[in-house]
Amino acid sequence: MNDTLAGWLQVLALVVALGLSHRPLGDCMARVLTTDRHWRAERLIYRAGGVNGDADQRWSVYLRSILAFSAVSVLFLYAFLRLQNHLLLSLGMKPVTADQSFNTAASFVTNTNWQSYSGESTMGHLVQMAGLAVQNFVSAAVGIAVVAALIRGFSRKITDRVGNFWVDLTRIVLRVLLPLAFVFAIVLVAAGTVQNFHGIHDITTIAGGHQGVTGGPVASQESIKELGTNGGGFYNANSAHPFENPNAFTNLIEIYLLLVIAFSLPRTFGTMVGDNRQGYAIVAVMALIWGASVAIVTANELHSVSSTAGHAAGGMMEGKETRFGIWASALFAVSTTVTSCGAVNSFHDSYTPGGGGMTIFNMMLGEIAPGGTGSGLYGILILAIVAVFVAGLMVGRTPEYLGKKLRGREMKFASLYILTTPALALVGAGLAMAFPGERAAMLNSGPHGFSEVLYAFASAANNNGSAFAGLSANTVWYNTTLGVVMLVGRFLPMVFVLALAGSLAGQQPVPVTAGTLPTHRPQFVGLLTGVILIVVGLTYFPALALGPLAEGLH
Amino acid sequence: MSTTTTPAPTPPDAGRQQHRVSGGLLDPKQLLTSFPDALRKLDPRSMVHNPVMFVVEVGAVLTTLSAIRAPSVFAWVITAWLWLTSVFANLAEAVAEGRGKAQAETLRRTKTTTKARRLTGWRPGATDASEEVVPGAGLRLGDHVVVEAGQTIPGDGDVVEGIASVDESAITGESAPVIRESGGDRSAVTGGTKVLSDRIVVKITSKPGETFIDRMIALVEGAARQKTPNEIALNILLASLTIIFLIAVATLQPFAIFAGAEQTIVILVALVVALIPTTIGALLSAIGIAGMDRLVQRNVLAMSGRAVEAAGDVNTLLLDKTGTITLGNRQAAEFLPVDGVGVEELADASQLSSIADETPEGRSIVVLAKQQYALRGRSEGELAQAQFVPFTAQSRMSGVDLNDPQETLSLRKGAATAVMRWVRDNGGHPTAEVGGIVDGISASGGTPLVVGEVSRRGDVRGARVLGVIHLKDVVKEGMRERFDELRRMGIKTVMITGDNPLTARAIAQEAGVDDFLAEATPEDKMALIRREQQGGKLVAMTGDGTNDAPALAQADVGVAMNTGTSAAKEAGNMVDLDSNPTKLIEIVEIGKQLLMTRGALTTFSIANDVAKYFAIIPAMFAMVYPGLDKLNIMRLHSPASAIASAIVFNALIIIALIPLALRGVRYRPSSAATLLSRNIWMYGLGGLVLPFLGIKLLDLFIQLIPGLR
Repeated sequence: MNDTLAGWLQVLALVVALGLSHRPLGDCMARVLTTDRHWRAERLIYRAGGVNGDADQRWSVYLRSILAFSAVSVLFLYAFLRLQNHLLLSLGMKPVTADQSFNTAASFVTNTNWQSYSGESTMGHLVQMAGLAVQNFVSAAVGIAVVAALIRGFSRKITDRVGNFWVDLTRIVLRVLLPLAFVFAIVLVAAGTVQNFHGIHDITTIAGGHQGVTGGPVASQESIKELGTNGGGFYNANSAHPFENPNAFTNLIEIYLLLVIAFSLPRTFGTMVGDNRQGYAIVAVMALIWGASVAIVTANELHSVSSTAGHAAGGMMEGKETRFGIWASALFAVSTTVTSCGAVNSFHDSYTPGGGGMTIFNMMLGEIAPGGTGSGLYGILILAIVAVFVAGLMVGRTPEYLGKKLRGREMKFASLYILTTPALALVGAGLAMAFPGERAAMLNSGPHGFSEVLYAFASAANNNGSAFAGLSANTVWYNTTLGVVMLVGRFLPMVFVLALAGSLAGQQPVPVTAGTLPTHRPQFVGLLTGVILIVVGLTYFPALALGPLAEGLH
Repeated sequence: MSTTTTPAPTPPDAGRQQHRVSGGLLDPKQLLTSFPDALRKLDPRSMVHNPVMFVVEVGAVLTTLSAIRAPSVFAWVITAWLWLTSVFANLAEAVAEGRGKAQAETLRRTKTTTKARRLTGWRPGATDASEEVVPGAGLRLGDHVVVEAGQTIPGDGDVVEGIASVDESAITGESAPVIRESGGDRSAVTGGTKVLSDRIVVKITSKPGETFIDRMIALVEGAARQKTPNEIALNILLASLTIIFLIAVATLQPFAIFAGAEQTIVILVALVVALIPTTIGALLSAIGIAGMDRLVQRNVLAMSGRAVEAAGDVNTLLLDKTGTITLGNRQAAEFLPVDGVGVEELADASQLSSIADETPEGRSIVVLAKQQYALRGRSEGELAQAQFVPFTAQSRMSGVDLNDPQETLSLRKGAATAVMRWVRDNGGHPTAEVGGIVDGISASGGTPLVVGEVSRRGDVRGARVLGVIHLKDVVKEGMRERFDELRRMGIKTVMITGDNPLTARAIAQEAGVDDFLAEATPEDKMALIRREQQGGKLVAMTGDGTNDAPALAQADVGVAMNTGTSAAKEAGNMVDLDSNPTKLIEIVEIGKQLLMTRGALTTFSIANDVAKYFAIIPAMFAMVYPGLDKLNIMRLHSPASAIASAIVFNALIIIALIPLALRGVRYRPSSAATLLSRNIWMYGLGGLVLPFLGIKLLDLFIQLIPGLR
């Protein structure tokens, strides 16, 4: 089988698998988020936490719960990292430095999983399992909880209640993430991913050198790393490491896992608002952007190579694993950047300017196609609100989406949302470029060096967590700045989303008539795609021009 | 039958087929006359209300300082055009306001110091009230004033005594006088209008300075203009886009320095101004003012911009049957003779009996006879010894007695029971067939008029029923199509009528309305509005009577007729000076057009940015990264001419779009999906493509300027 056929088959298998899971998983999540019945285990948790599982919260209380939960998570993880040498299974690792601990804690709590450390030489097994992996679960669940509140804003009427955060969090972890992660961890183990508690083995390499190889509970962490679009690898090389991602099959499984929840949530949305066509329109936009991005990156990696070595290898093979090849690497690179996953199986820094630029652009889109677990859907729904607002005016009515009017208050929160992430990414990159010391962290000069910095801040602001590599980001300045950018980039938008949810939930819905802008037709799919590309493209165009575009256009 | 004696005027635009909601054209002279106002509006304190244009003005100040410090042709050209951009934006607003100002001027003239003859101690029926002359502005709420022929009514109020014809042309523009009388629904008079005949006593109902004319002046001048909810929402979106672009450009400088291409203040400001949505920012308030103005041109006064916007959102229209859906009166539609009588004979008899009948129904019989059977309309004098018998409430029939020496012939037409009794009294025996025809007509929602004849030739007497005239409500021409259109727009129409359900259903079906409310009382109306609103719908209605006031206040868009009572006018949020209820449909269209214009220009404005990027980004960086020159797809002459062209285009497009902002985008009633497709192609795609052409074209000229090569 040649590479092209294998590549096409992989894409096809992935699309079919995602298509098959869309409805059952989406409906399952809708049930989890709407049912009145508690499991016994959940009741115990509520009792232990002093939570009334049957009482819904106002948006502000929901938000406070999230912020309190996340603040405690950050502090806990920070302490964990600082004190790891006193704990079990530390493998003799030293405590993590203060700035790196802050960066890592912020990174995992915000579902970013930006790693300025290298896992196998910094973290013991206990921190990996009880610190980082736990955050992999709950940070993903927080994203889904927020979008659940937003969907309830659309589906409920004349109420100030948007759901109960503690119930949502518990149910998503217990009923969705844990079972799925468990099943796929076993699949990964079966397919060859490592799962043990071994320490560091000293191995003599073929060339006669010595290498320390760390084992560990990798598969269990790997499945939630992808499923929760976290992306923080057990090893520094992330999914390019053969212990994490040994072969083409695990590679495909990992890509499937990192996309599956985000691509199924629109079904949850459609089911909860009582009109599945609305969910299909959203998922169509996501699929359209994802597909186009896969095509662009793959084509660039295959054909835009100028070096002789590249031609000989049949494409841009620098920075890619030979066991995956160009197709599987490009597929992974796109999927991980359009979601907020950030796991990598190849190094985006070595991509062609067109391919690498596309991975930056994917993140700049705001992680919405399909985006992170939960965050992708609320991101695209905010953009849908902006699209509906402008288009709704063009049909001669005060705009309304799913029966809810978009008035000044709603537009205020939507506008602040779309303002936050670009501001963080651009101001962060601007500061980094303004300080000579921070510029020195770039490995490359010229537009490529700038792309490395832009990528880092786009990744942090959008909670992606992947790195372009090529930037020595483990400095106090980068650890601190990126940590702050990740925290603000995660929680400030949540404030706006929840405020919006509260405002929508309080409204009496407007009945649908022939004069209502239809938001389920191909027309709207095209419109929303256009708004996403133009609104985002326009914001970042100057910066992209000085990075990937300058590099790519000769 | 025929109880009304005042024929309701046929609305001038009944059955209008033209759907374009047109607006006044822009007179180029207005641009010049409004120029001083536009300059005055450059005051930062007034600019700050428009965040987008405020940023442009701050940018202009920055480039001015920069151009003074380091003068160059390029810097001065950019500076000049940035100032022009600000001025053009103000000009749009000033022109829109200017149109109202002219109207306000005319209104003010009618407000000249009128003297009022105030009555103290006036009671109904009393004649002993003492009279004093006070200035009109000194009148208080509840004062009574007397106004006689030739005098101007000093303030708004209700007629409490007398009847008079009043010239209301000062506010309505309509020169035909109207009747105002005490009691009933035609009692309201407006200050500034003139009594032409008779004498009335008016009870003042408005405080000084808050009269109808005062409010009108404030409205048309835009002095009381507040931003509407949708305008606020749009402003928020525009402000946030402006901030995003400010950040994008501010952070570009460190990137540019790293790339070795530090940019001047002038270029950075130019980039910001090109990117922020100046087109819609400049035209936004003009669009709002022009929307109100379009209503004023149709003689509708909206008390707030909010009401105009709500009109665009209306889901349900409550329309009064009479005057809106049907012509004011019933008309003869058919002659139905009984067996043994020719239809021409019936038509002839009907015509004869109606010659002197001046009611609209009577006239319509004459017209029908002439149209269908070519019976010439005979005049009253033509018939010798004809005695016309007028309609009375007791006899319930009218007709004619022809007294020839040889024979006498009496013809009567009227209510079935009355005419049949008359025939029977004269010895006739109407058959059951008549009853059948009458019932058939009633069942179809029409009104039967029975025609009977009593003849005496010598000793031969005869009395018989000739047949029945079918009178029916005539649905105005084109109404069905209009309701179909409204349905396509997603608007439900409900006909309100005092008729019984049977009649109402028949008319509703014929007119094609979605629903009807028969035997409607004000309470029923109110309940209907509440019910619709509980389902989240917005309701619009018209009304004129005092008993309509609660419903008018409850409705989201309540259009009071100017002929109505002041209570109705207070309750509604719009007043139609022409008192034409059909206008409600136009009001909805204007509301929609207003919102569409905003949306279309916003889309256009944002889409414009793409071309501007392609002009400015290569101009900024092609020096250091020659590859970026590939983005210069317009092949603009030089960096300086490219940036200047983008800025000049940005300014000129504002001027070019002022007429569109004032007139509103083209609007045809159709479904939302169709409207959206059309507007996206036109303003989205147009906004994408047009600037490429425009900037290229401008560049061809600008490159000739020395210093910009």
